Amino acid sequence: MLKILKYSFFDLMRSRWSYVYFAFYLLLGVVLLFLNNDLSKAVITLMNVIIVLVPLIGTIFGVMYYYNSKEFTELLLAQPLKRSSIFLGQYLGVALSLSMSLILGLGIPFVFYGLFKSNAIWDFSLLLITGSFLTLIFTALAFNIALSNENKIKGFGYAILLWLFLAVIYDGLFLMTLILFEDYPLDKLSLIGTMLNPIDLSRTLILLKLDISALLGYTGAIFKQFFGTSFGLIVSFIMLIVWVVLPVLRIMFKSKRKDF
Amino acid sequence: MNFKLGFIATMFMVTSMYAQTIEVCKTCPVTTLKDGISAAKPYDTVVVKKGTYKEYNVLVDKPLTLIGENYPVIDGELKGEVITVVSDSVTVDGLFIINVGNSYTEDYAAIRVKRSKHFVIQNLVLEKLFFGIYIEKSSYGKVYHNKIIGDAVEEYNSGNGIQLWYSHYVDIEHNFVEHVRDGIYLEFSDNCIIKNNVSAENLRYGLHFMFSNDDVYQDNTFENNGAGVAVMFSKKIKMVNNTFKENWGTASYGLLLKEINDSEITGNSFKENTIGINIEGSNRITYKNNNFSNNGWAVKVKGACYTNRFIENNFLYNSFDISYNSKVNDNIFDRNYWSNYTGYDLDKDGIGDVPYRPVKLFSYIVNRTPETIILLRSLFIDIIDFSEKVSPVFTPDNLMDNNPQTKRITW
Amino acid sequence: MVNIENLHKKFGKNEVLKGVDLSIKDGGIFAVLGPNGSGKTTLIKSVLGMVIPDQGTINVQGKNIKKNPNYRHQIDYLPQIANFPSNLKVKELIRMIKDLRKITNEDERLIELFKLQPFLDKKLGNLSGGTKQKVNLVLTFMFDSPLIILDEPTTGLDPISLIRLKELIQVEKAKGKTILITSHIMSFVEEVSDEIVFILEGKIYFKGTISELKTKTNQPDFEHAIASILLENHA
Repeated sequence: MLKILKYSFFDLMRSRWSYVYFAFYLLLGVVLLFLNNDLSKAVITLMNVIIVLVPLIGTIFGVMYYYNSKEFTELLLAQPLKRSSIFLGQYLGVALSLSMSLILGLGIPFVFYGLFKSNAIWDFSLLLITGSFLTLIFTALAFNIALSNENKIKGFGYAILLWLFLAVIYDGLFLMTLILFEDYPLDKLSLIGTMLNPIDLSRTLILLKLDISALLGYTGAIFKQFFGTSFGLIVSFIMLIVWVVLPVLRIMFKSKRKDF
Repeated sequence: MNFKLGFIATMFMVTSMYAQTIEVCKTCPVTTLKDGISAAKPYDTVVVKKGTYKEYNVLVDKPLTLIGENYPVIDGELKGEVITVVSDSVTVDGLFIINVGNSYTEDYAAIRVKRSKHFVIQNLVLEKLFFGIYIEKSSYGKVYHNKIIGDAVEEYNSGNGIQLWYSHYVDIEHNFVEHVRDGIYLEFSDNCIIKNNVSAENLRYGLHFMFSNDDVYQDNTFENNGAGVAVMFSKKIKMVNNTFKENWGTASYGLLLKEINDSEITGNSFKENTIGINIEGSNRITYKNNNFSNNGWAVKVKGACYTNRFIENNFLYNSFDISYNSKVNDNIFDRNYWSNYTGYDLDKDGIGDVPYRPVKLFSYIVNRTPETIILLRSLFIDIIDFSEKVSPVFTPDNLMDNNPQTKRITW
Repeated sequence: MVNIENLHKKFGKNEVLKGVDLSIKDGGIFAVLGPNGSGKTTLIKSVLGMVIPDQGTINVQGKNIKKNPNYRHQIDYLPQIANFPSNLKVKELIRMIKDLRKITNEDERLIELFKLQPFLDKKLGNLSGGTKQKVNLVLTFMFDSPLIILDEPTTGLDPISLIRLKELIQVEKAKGKTILITSHIMSFVEEVSDEIVFILEGKIYFKGTISELKTKTNQPDFEHAIASILLENHA
């Protein structure tokens, strides 16, 4: 698996798109830090970018890579290799190269800005960690979609839909549900609703840092326990890991049963 | 102020000519405060040496200076009030008072000043107290540089650090109050100055005004209290250069204004509070040059508030800048800096070319269904906020800052 | 070498293999023939483990291939469409496959044989179809495994390379290897194969030598023999 990972990774590291992605983050980091010169604002803007863009790029890249490397995959399948290691290797290759573009692209300007001396380092690290998690999750979801759809157009369609659903529509439905049932105690429901969507989950993690003052304004006991202690942080991270593990397991399961 | 100092100085000169000093210590002829005070003549000085004195209900009924050397401990043994001052011109200085009695019927204090004038309470350390310094119907006094450390757990059986009741022209300066019910409480007390105090970790309010007018508080720090400062049913209060910090929790705020009129809030810093300022039924207040940073809600306006003016403030990274619960607006927002402002400034005059709308639709939704706060900063919420911004339906359409600054305001 | 019993495979509603029984002995060249969509590629891919059968067992060298990917060390496979990751250089691809399977020096000889030296530093995306097929052949033949499966090996090859390929196949046969070939070029099949396996509508229609086929169909030459089978069954 590690060998496949290595080759997929280097393959991607050489592709134009990785550079575009990397350059985009580099530019964003430089603009936010050196032109705006406002660290708090930079962190907030980055958060918006990360929870919207990272999933989108992860999904599209994942699907694209899968379809584009179909022949390569077939070549590998004829080699004495385990199927799960082929697909996991490719998946990790994509996910890690994307995460690296993100971390380096944003990290370099921040290091030059003197991040290590600033107290925003925790906010910033949290951003990068959630960004990497989102990449891992959405690339895995993309591989799932691609594995289940031979048709490239359909696969892309589903991938975009998935992103649109989790990034926007889900929250719309979520909001409506909360307003509709506002007469009932909702704090459990709202936390569960958050856990079920990785984008919301990451957003909540970042809210814990940026908006803790507002979050603590709400009365519910469960809310208070969740946001007022490290409980929320721990549960969110566990859920993020579950969100990575489940799609990856499905990749393994699906790939074992698929014909090529 | 000058008048007061002058008065005290004159008194000192007049009295020092024949004033005597009485020493109280375990090995002295006088071994208790009570004996010392009864032995003293008016304007004498009673010096209490280092040691522990188990006394309570100590009555100071003549003009005296009661001064501790190296912080003698006055232990009330939880039996009742420790020192009660009922005479004018009394100075109490340098005592360490502990174990004030607790009662549900009487407000025992470590030190109470009753119907007196020209008192000075300074350099005291109070611990294990019920009420700390209780000024009752007394005026022209000074509460200076005291340290009050309570251990209050429940509001109903705890007292306030410094309490003024029907007392006017009192200066409260450089005190440090923590872990009591209200750090400093003023009721029916006018023309007082509260300056350079730190009030932290108190159960209810850091500072609390009720029916008190023409007071000034400035350069104080209110940190991590149940709520920072509550100003209620008062007029003409000046609030200048205070810091309101980390007042977190449900219905917790840096500053609560309830039925306050004609006041001035200038140069304060509201940092990381659940609500920076909570305003209810308050009119004709000027907010100028304040910093609101990283609060949940910088300003929450509830009920009828008219002709308030928010001018040249910095609103920095608050989850919500302004929240309203009605569609009516009669307040003015002008020349503020809003970190959430996304407009542009083509003519480079430092003023954004597009007005800023500080009230988001989402803040209405959160008011209605508090749990929706969990959707804060979601893309979907940004979209509906944006559409509301373009064509206001739910938010007051005249509520905007026509001259949003593009740079942080300094003063 | 390869034993297939009662192999069934459906793709959706389309039943491609309907109970294939096939036994291929050690050594020799076997051509798998059949009309388009008859299930040739599916059969080969089943042997390779790329297609998972619905029913039936496949044994390679006496071992069931289910759950054991290591048997593929015994197989060299030439896929039908040679499309490689376009970012890689030829050299890198060869090095990578070696890295994934095992170390061999055969590649140098094969590169020489197909005159691939000028292309070693080119990216695979920039190669012509014929050159890609040559690279494909190098990758297949460099490992010296007892079973070789060639899916349409002649695609895009120039005459010289074709001759080289035929020689190569004969050399491998002489080493006692088993070679499975699918092809549409009947002359090629006739020239190289010892035995043919004819698949029709998901079943083995015929298995035997070319002369046996000619006798069975009463046709003077191979091409007509095949044609007659097809005509008979589609009339």
